[in-house]
Amino acid sequence: MGRPKMLKTFKIGGAHPEENKFSQHSTIEEIAAPDTVFVMMNQNLGAPSVPVVAKGDKVKIGQLIAKGEAFISAAVHSPVSGTVEKVDFWTDTTGYRKPVIVINKEGEEWAEGIDTSDALIKEIKASKDEIIEIIKNSGIVGLGGATFPTHVKLAIPQDKTAEYLIINAVECEPYLTSDHRLMLEKGEEIMVGVQILMKALNVSQAIIGIENNKEDAIQHLDEIAKKYSGITVQGLKVKYPQGAEKQLIEALTKRRVPSGKLPIEVGCVVQNVGTAYAIYEAVQKNKPLIERVVTVTGKKVSKPSNFRVRIGTPVSMLIEKAGGLPEGSGKIINGGPMMGKAIINIDVPVTKGTSGIVVFDEKESKRNVVANCIRCARCTMVCPMGLQPFLLAAGMEFDNFEVVEKNNVMDCIECGTCHYTCPSNRPLLDMLRLGKSKIGEIIRSRKN
Amino acid sequence: MGLLTVSGSPHIHGNQNVNKIMWQVVLAMVPAALVSFWYFGLSSIILMLVAIVGAVTVEYLIAKFLLKITPTINDGSAVITAILLAFNVPSSLPWWQMLIGVTFAIAIAKMTFGGLGKNPFNPALAGRVFMLISFPVDMTTWPKPGLPFDTMNFSIDGLTGPTTLGIVKEGLAKGDTMAQVTSQLPDYTQMFMGQIGGSLGEVSAIALILGGLYLLIRKVITWHIPVSFLLSAFVFAGILYLVDPTQYIDPVFHLLAGGMMLGAFFMATDMVTSPMSVKGQLFFGLGCGVLTILIRVWGAYPEGVSFAILIMNAFTPLINKGFKPKSFGR
Repeated sequence: MGRPKMLKTFKIGGAHPEENKFSQHSTIEEIAAPDTVFVMMNQNLGAPSVPVVAKGDKVKIGQLIAKGEAFISAAVHSPVSGTVEKVDFWTDTTGYRKPVIVINKEGEEWAEGIDTSDALIKEIKASKDEIIEIIKNSGIVGLGGATFPTHVKLAIPQDKTAEYLIINAVECEPYLTSDHRLMLEKGEEIMVGVQILMKALNVSQAIIGIENNKEDAIQHLDEIAKKYSGITVQGLKVKYPQGAEKQLIEALTKRRVPSGKLPIEVGCVVQNVGTAYAIYEAVQKNKPLIERVVTVTGKKVSKPSNFRVRIGTPVSMLIEKAGGLPEGSGKIINGGPMMGKAIINIDVPVTKGTSGIVVFDEKESKRNVVANCIRCARCTMVCPMGLQPFLLAAGMEFDNFEVVEKNNVMDCIECGTCHYTCPSNRPLLDMLRLGKSKIGEIIRSRKN
Repeated sequence: MGLLTVSGSPHIHGNQNVNKIMWQVVLAMVPAALVSFWYFGLSSIILMLVAIVGAVTVEYLIAKFLLKITPTINDGSAVITAILLAFNVPSSLPWWQMLIGVTFAIAIAKMTFGGLGKNPFNPALAGRVFMLISFPVDMTTWPKPGLPFDTMNFSIDGLTGPTTLGIVKEGLAKGDTMAQVTSQLPDYTQMFMGQIGGSLGEVSAIALILGGLYLLIRKVITWHIPVSFLLSAFVFAGILYLVDPTQYIDPVFHLLAGGMMLGAFFMATDMVTSPMSVKGQLFFGLGCGVLTILIRVWGAYPEGVSFAILIMNAFTPLINKGFKPKSFGR
């Protein structure tokens, strides 16, 4: 064996939060579809999807129920077979009421042409353009949590060339293990998915970046990668936020995406490892994105698990399957504890971007008391974007927008490392978000 | 189920907090405090206690009754200021002068600006300079270190003598040759261990280095300021020594003498009053080192560490503007 390889990482900033990957040894468990699913229309970054079904319509599993009409939007498919109960509004992970299609399950009938078998299909028949079309029609979005429509990311501008496909299998968020399990259990499928992506992008090299706390996954994929040409598996030092696009590209290629630019500027396209699996299913099995792997975990959760669940399944059902809501739970996070969103109730449904559900007890739920800034500069030292969070936060406190803009608040990737690190518990990311929204408004008003 | 808490990310917090940082600094000063008890006796402990009680009380009263904010005396920062200030006075100082000094440090140099984190100057150093001006004689009368635990030593004999830096300054001013001057100096082992005249906490290089190493290992401070401070002082003094060894004393002496170690590890590294970027910190340390030697060699006072750090404190806002971290992808 060629191991151990040198571990790579990004250069500036970063932190190492407690990993707490309790569910890393729980194999992915299939959960039967619930009697009623709530399929949100705003599951992707960009414009909401537009329903093409109405109350009373019969639908099958995998049937298109909403189109992505705008340029940045995505299609949505029915996760169950049954009858559309209503097209309405429902509270989602953002805490707001958003458009939803509610479907009552009747039986388990798949739409025509979908291969539901487990058979591995290696040969890629679809052409480059067909691949992108299938991905678009299958409603695939970035499954790491950002939910950017994948077909848009694969459309390379005329004047640019992709050189590397980068597969984000970092899973740097504490607690989450869905990508980890997927790699161990669906390694071959992922590799075919990577090959499909390489064909779609017309690149000859792909790098799969995995943090070293998943050594078994590194070894497993490394072994499989030998059978495919052009795919490298690279171990990475455990450091948050390595899964952030720009940090991952730097860690793997030493290239830095310029401020305000996209990865293609340095010849890279980044896709999440879960997305690669979804692409395999879409292109090889004709199966649209109707389910995903979700980690359900927490210090007090009795059975930390990884579930394969249908989109639209209420979070309450997942928590039930993981042993029930622990006594004294105070906060439930959709996603990881560093960048996830706290949800307002457990009736919220799973969406394409739900990588995990983390349950915190009452004590973990509360923020610590805020003290004066002691100017220790730890926020500056850990910022992976080389910003000065203390300065930006102070600028916002005193409405000094000029300082905030000049010090590049718009570069902030909202990873939360500053806030996490601050010994005075100052709500730095709150202030930086406020700054981004305010400065964004100012910049837009200038252009008009 | 009760209502869920909804707040912005991140939802977890690292294990650092202000209290932890500050009390680790206090812990790091314990070796130097023990050495001062060893050589200067009970009076050193009394002065430190007076300073601590005074600082904490003054801060509490001002926070509660003048600023009307929740007092945060248990954060340890007032205790640090108190011990640092006590470290900067001779062991023979009357206790009431200590009390006045520490009151100035906390009330004027720290709380007037809004308390912890808001003061432009290191409160302990501001307090020391205030005391140097207010009590010039008592602040510069240095008891000779006694035998360990010989607590009665000075009060009976009243033995006093100049500090090592004072010997050099006065000797050279009188026109003594460098050989005559150095013959009066303790050897480097004595200086390293702390058996020399000087302020309470500055005498023992080894104790201060131990404390400094602890702070470095616990990541309370980074190496940038202490290393650039000591290195620039060493290099600058070294150049002078190479130019004319009959005029300028050797650089190792400068490192071991006076408040060099105390300043480099405990006072220049004060987060509140030092720069916030790596380059800024290196520049800050460089300024401290060079200014210290400048003042020691050509200034009116034999010691320059306090003034050097205070001057660089004043430049900190400018340094922060001048040395910013490089943003990613810009």
